[in-house]
Amino acid sequence: MLAKAIRFVCYSTLLLVASLAISGCKKPPVQSNEILIGEYGSLTGSTAVFGQGTHKGIMLAVDEVNAAGGLLGKPVRVITEDDEGNQDEAVSVVKKLIDLDGVIGVLGEVASTRSLAGGGVCEDEHVPMISPSSTNPDVTKDRKYVFRVCFTDDFQGSVGAQFAVKQGWKKVAVLSSANSDYSKKLSYFFTQTFSQSGQIAAAETYNDGDTDFAPQLTGIRAAAPDAVYLPGYYTEIDLILKQARDLGITCPFFGGDGWDGVTLDKTSEGCYFTNHYSPEDPRPSVQTFIKSYEAKYNGEVPDAFGITGYDAANVMFDAIKRANSTDREAITAAIASTTNFPGAGGSITIDANHNAKKPICILEITGGKTHLADTIQPQ
Amino acid sequence: MAILLQQLINGLAIGAVYALIALGYTMVYGVLKFINFAHGDVYMVGAVIGYALAVPLVHAGAPVGVTLLIIFLGAMLGCATLGFFIELLCYRPLRKRPRLVALITAIGVSLLLENLFQNPAVFGANPRTMPHLFDIKPVISFHVGSSPDPVTINNLDLITLSLCLVLMTGLTWFVLKTRTGLALRAVSFRFDTASLMGINTDWVISVTFMLGSALAAVAGVVDAMRYHVEPLMGLSQGIKAFVAAVLGGIGSIPGAVLGGLIMGLVETLLKGYLPSAYSGYSDAAAFFVLILILLIRPTGLLGKPIAEKV
Repeated sequence: MLAKAIRFVCYSTLLLVASLAISGCKKPPVQSNEILIGEYGSLTGSTAVFGQGTHKGIMLAVDEVNAAGGLLGKPVRVITEDDEGNQDEAVSVVKKLIDLDGVIGVLGEVASTRSLAGGGVCEDEHVPMISPSSTNPDVTKDRKYVFRVCFTDDFQGSVGAQFAVKQGWKKVAVLSSANSDYSKKLSYFFTQTFSQSGQIAAAETYNDGDTDFAPQLTGIRAAAPDAVYLPGYYTEIDLILKQARDLGITCPFFGGDGWDGVTLDKTSEGCYFTNHYSPEDPRPSVQTFIKSYEAKYNGEVPDAFGITGYDAANVMFDAIKRANSTDREAITAAIASTTNFPGAGGSITIDANHNAKKPICILEITGGKTHLADTIQPQ
Repeated sequence: MAILLQQLINGLAIGAVYALIALGYTMVYGVLKFINFAHGDVYMVGAVIGYALAVPLVHAGAPVGVTLLIIFLGAMLGCATLGFFIELLCYRPLRKRPRLVALITAIGVSLLLENLFQNPAVFGANPRTMPHLFDIKPVISFHVGSSPDPVTINNLDLITLSLCLVLMTGLTWFVLKTRTGLALRAVSFRFDTASLMGINTDWVISVTFMLGSALAAVAGVVDAMRYHVEPLMGLSQGIKAFVAAVLGGIGSIPGAVLGGLIMGLVETLLKGYLPSAYSGYSDAAAFFVLILILLIRPTGLLGKPIAEKV
């Protein structure tokens, strides 16, 4: 009996020690003759456009920094992991980047749901992370190590609402995704601002990954709105627009930066979306970026994720330079104190909430192309 | 009223697709008493074949009728072959083993197909849109009451529903009126006795798999035209069709069709009428309906009650 009790105590102590050892170890960055940065993104899957664009922007920034002699006298190497557009996968690839590769900083994601998941890992492991284009305010909220170099959904949603008012749309229907942190927040902020001056004719939801939207669209058609606010991602938007036109809904649809990647055809003709950037933006910083991007990628015109990925990488590089070390805490402090950094998409100052203030471009889809309709400066 | 009618039409159109897939589940269960979990992925392969055939045909400017005929027949043929080989290579060697072994193998085949098609060399993980074949436009349109919006049935819905009806009628005829159909019923009734009576059970099982897979291919091509093609498209459609088969009474052919149509209607009505904050949960609610029905009728709506052996 006693022997049993002793054995029990021994085993449970061992188990406790082992679990503490696993959870408590904060793996230091690998000592390397390179500067290792991790990137996670949706290189494949239903949001592949996001990950591909971001990756190309980041690689352009890496080429440029290495051509200029690297950082701290060492070349920069980015290790890229594909999360397949899946939040569970995002958690495991970020863990892999930190624990196995020993990266000193992480770049990613575009989709807010995945940035929230990956950001949680970075926060636990005390590794600085910069999201290029996640707009949900919660991504950086109460997080010490997570930053972003783009605007947030409170700004994006209210700009969308003001735009709707300016267009003279009195009744607007909202169709948002119930399992996307991005879509939920954006529709919330849009509704908050728009309902002050207009009427929300109908509010319907779907789930990311759904393919049939006829039931929701039938409800929206019956509400006869002037326009439909659709804060989602492009794969679902393509299907929604197609099915809406088939059902005979002819009014314009509009949404946020998740529209970048949408098929530009007759179903999306006359639609609008708010975005981080437009290739028609005349500012010299934007045009210089487009030139170097086209030179690297055989004349391919960058999308918004290209420019935000480029800026995120450069803010990380700048912080490493200013910290003058590969210490993760020092780099985190340096990112937090970024002031007036000349990014391609505009000057970047990281505020107390770890967000950047950037102008919003409103794009109109006409003739199978996007055109810059307006630029709204942050207050 | 007009909205309700429109929602019923929407529901029937997606229900018809569930029914086509559910037929495959129910037929295999009927003869082998096991659930072929790779069936949803056979549906996906059907969509991929349809897409792969449509791209060059549309590019070459083939007439729409010819293109449709070729992509449907091509996908059916391709999937029937796939179904034949899945059964031959994966399930037949395990025929004498406990049913659980075949079930686990089916899950393995499902994962194999999903991951194979996610490989960029085969298809890739990104959704692709079918090339434009014909304009989807209302063919039947009428007004109900004072509603300004007409109730419409478009050509694709009509094609889906009529394909479902024709194929189900054809299948019923095959099972009830042909010699192979008779053999199929005999095998389903009592496997060992049927083989003692000189029925080539291996061949009957192969036919069952080929028929079920060809029906899934039709569903796949219809969905490829309606939505898009991606390697994981069989996941949720497969589960819903499986539920439809259980709902209708697994092993029963009219049951699978009834179950499919009910699943489509319930899902659509829930999406359309649940308060918007909850309409994202329509799938969960549809499965809740299944639980309710099974609590009342454990063998499904048209399933035969199982005599309890004492």
